[in-house]
This record gives sequence, C-alpha cells and structure tokens, in this order.
Amino acid sequence: MPWRSNSIHSIELDLVLDVLARRHGYDFRGYARASLKRRVSGLAHKLGCATIAELVPRILYDDALLPEVLAGLSVPVTEMFRDPQVFKGIRDQIAPVLATYPRINIWQAGCATGEEVYSLAILLAEAGLLSKTQIYATDINDMALAKAEEGIFPVKTIEKYSENYLKAGGTKALASYFSLGYGYAKIDSAIKDRISFAHHNLVSDGVFCEVNLVVCRNVLIYFDRHLQDRVLGLFDSTLSRSGFLCLGTKENVAFTPAAARFAPVDAPLRLYKKLAESP
Amino acid sequence: MSAPQPPHAPIQAVVIGCSAGGLEVLRMILPALPDDFPVPIMVVAHVGAASGGYLEDAIRRDCKMPVVEAEERQPVTPGIIHVAPPDYHLMVEADHTFSVSTDPKVHNARPSIDVLLISAAEAWGSGLAAVLLTGANADGADGMAAVKAAGGVCLVQDPATAFASEMPTAAIARGAVDRILVPGRFAPVLAALCNPSRTAELP
Repeated sequence: MPWRSNSIHSIELDLVLDVLARRHGYDFRGYARASLKRRVSGLAHKLGCATIAELVPRILYDDALLPEVLAGLSVPVTEMFRDPQVFKGIRDQIAPVLATYPRINIWQAGCATGEEVYSLAILLAEAGLLSKTQIYATDINDMALAKAEEGIFPVKTIEKYSENYLKAGGTKALASYFSLGYGYAKIDSAIKDRISFAHHNLVSDGVFCEVNLVVCRNVLIYFDRHLQDRVLGLFDSTLSRSGFLCLGTKENVAFTPAAARFAPVDAPLRLYKKLAESP
Repeated sequence: MSAPQPPHAPIQAVVIGCSAGGLEVLRMILPALPDDFPVPIMVVAHVGAASGGYLEDAIRRDCKMPVVEAEERQPVTPGIIHVAPPDYHLMVEADHTFSVSTDPKVHNARPSIDVLLISAAEAWGSGLAAVLLTGANADGADGMAAVKAAGGVCLVQDPATAFASEMPTAAIARGAVDRILVPGRFAPVLAALCNPSRTAELP
C-alpha cells in the first residue's frame, strides 16, 4: 500500500474504526494508533482494497466479513513459554501461594491461539495444582479462539518451544503433553479440560467471575492510556483479595492511575499483587 | 529556470537501522556524535530474541550520548539514543511517545526497521533523518521510501563498504536515498543536519 500523508491515512483509519464501532459494536478507537494503522493497512491489502477507505463499504454492508476483520485487527501471535523466566517466576513466586487455596480460578485475557494458556496449564500440572484449577481463556477474535480450543500445533513448533519450556523450569519433555501424528501435536485432554474458552472484549465487557490470577501479556501494549486504565480497573475488580496479575515484560503501566492498586511482586517480570482496599 | 533548492528544515529525530555487520558501523557512528547532540536517535538492529541488553551495552561503551532501551509510552527524548527492545516491533505515536507490538515479523525481523521508519515518517514528516546501514535482507527499503515520501532525509551506507550490501542496495534501488556515505561520514552529516547553525560544515 503506497504511503499517504499523515492526515489522509488518519481520516481513513477513523472512518473504518467508526464503522466498526457504530455498525458492529467493536470499538477499537482506544487502541494505540501506530500498530492499529499497520494492521488495518494489512487487512485492506489482504482483502484486495487499494486504500484503507475501501474497507468502509465492505465492513458496512458485508456482515460475513466481520470475523475476518476482527482476526485481522487482533493478529494473534503467541508462542509457548515466551519469556521463560516469567513462567519460572509464576512457578516459583505465585504457585506456592495458589497452592494454599482449596480452589484456583485463573483468567487469561487475550489468549489468541492458545499457546500461552496451555503453557500456563502445563506449569500448573507440574506444580500439582491443575486438578483444582479452572482457567478461563478469553479473546475478542473468534477465529483465534476456535484454533485455541482445538489445541493442535505443528510438531515443528513444539520442538522449537521445548527449549523455552526447559528454561521455564519444565521437568519433563514438552512433547509428553501432546499426542503426535501426521506432523501435528494435539494437547492432552487432561490439560485442555481445565480450560474454558470464551469470547470477551476488554473494551466493552465486564467482570464475569472472581479469580486468583489474571494473565494478560502483550495486550495492553495495543491500548492507549485511557483504555489501559479501564482494563487494569477491570482486573482489579475481578481479582480476589491479594490476587496476582501478570503482564508482558515490556509493558509500562507507570502512566496509568489504576496501576496504584497493584504492588510489584517481581517488577522486571511484571508480576503484581492486588493491594488491599483502603478503608 | 529552476528555483534554488531551499535548505532542508532542521531535523528533529534520527532513526538508524542495520542488520548483519551493523554493530561495528554503529560503533563508528554513535561515539562520534557530540554529547550535546540536539535530537533523539532511535536504533533498530536485528538481534536475536534472547539478547536482552547486549546491544545497548555494546553501543554504550564508547558513546558520549546516553543509551537506553526504548520503553513503551515513554517520550522520544532529545539527546538520547533509544534502542529497540529485542523481539518487539518499536513504533512512534503521533505524540512522539514509543509503542511496541508483538505483531508478526516483517522481513523475518522483529524489531523491523520498516515498522519503525514508517511510523516515524508519519510522526515527524520532513523532520526525520533515516540512516540505513549494512544488512543481508531488504528490511528498511519500504521504510526509507516512506521517509522520502514524507519529505525526510535518507542516508544510506555505501554498499561497497558494507559487510552485507543487500540492505543498502535495496533502498538505493527504490530511489529512497538522498546521500550515500561511507561509515566515517555519517556523524558529521547528522550533526550538520540536526544543527542548522552548522550547515556550513556540511561536507
């Protein structure tokens, strides 16, 4: 797509976002602009539009296109055990506290195609906690959710993730959690059965249960400060007393008022604990 | 009769992109910049996902300017060298703060030079100077074209002096270049571009 002046590009983007919000109820106007612009440009290119503005009638009149549009705007990219030291941190610093609870509820917000939530479930299984844990994995992107729920990954990627798994403190072979065949690896039902996948939009949906840990990595980087603040407030409401929050390692909540409701457990790993309500 | 070309507007920000062999060239350019360099510098180098902090340390060793890892939501700050964090794309928003993403790799790279250059071209328009150095793929060429289209200044390493010539050659082939320089020339040219009172020094 050819480069256009800042103002034209911005007007086109605003038009697309306006149609999505007013016609379909998906409000991306609180997303950080630079990456959103890239994604919308990419979507226009993929759908054969010469300009971003050409997306407007397509999105306005073709309802069947919506899942593909949402998938294009949320571009799920995850890996298993990405940033292995974070998973090691959860294992060493959070799991021992969770172990003292009779039942554990966990919410992964923005689970994309599931690699991360399965990593978390494997970690909990090795800590002996999975059998008393319920994980809710949510995303705005139904195409990604369907893929996550399948739990089928190319064998090659499992080999690639094995190194991360071991660095995260994994005690077995990563492949032992999958059944292998035809070049694909399917996650064991013992792992998958503890996870419920559901559609949830952090922009507009509310709290749906009380949880002891929220994992939301590399989602807030796509939000502007206002939306980031709303979402951190949502996490505060959904977390139980002294509940834990895990964000992405490059995420910066320093400019967000709601961040004051959390204290760092391990700041470099972005592990936080909910502070007690002030009296 | 063509009008004399007006002097270029003062540069407000510099982006430097490099890949294979880039560290050596960065260590020729960045330490040669004065400690009162008046604008922000952003550096994207293709490094491995797990190489946290290695690049900053290697650059910082001889630099007069402070070197920090670029952090999301932080302002792009004059006089500081901001280095893109490994395994994230780095972008600049319209309010000149950084944002990062884990979107798919571009030209098999994350951070991608194209991604930063395209967002920086939008953020600074003609106030941006872009530098593309040695590298073994075509990342950066689209970005340089965006900088050029927005009226910015494009400086490319002379491919004959590059460890890997593909990256500078791709930008030159796109016509996204104002000057082709040997490594030793970048620092004085950048200093002159960013400080109009020294324009006379422009070689």
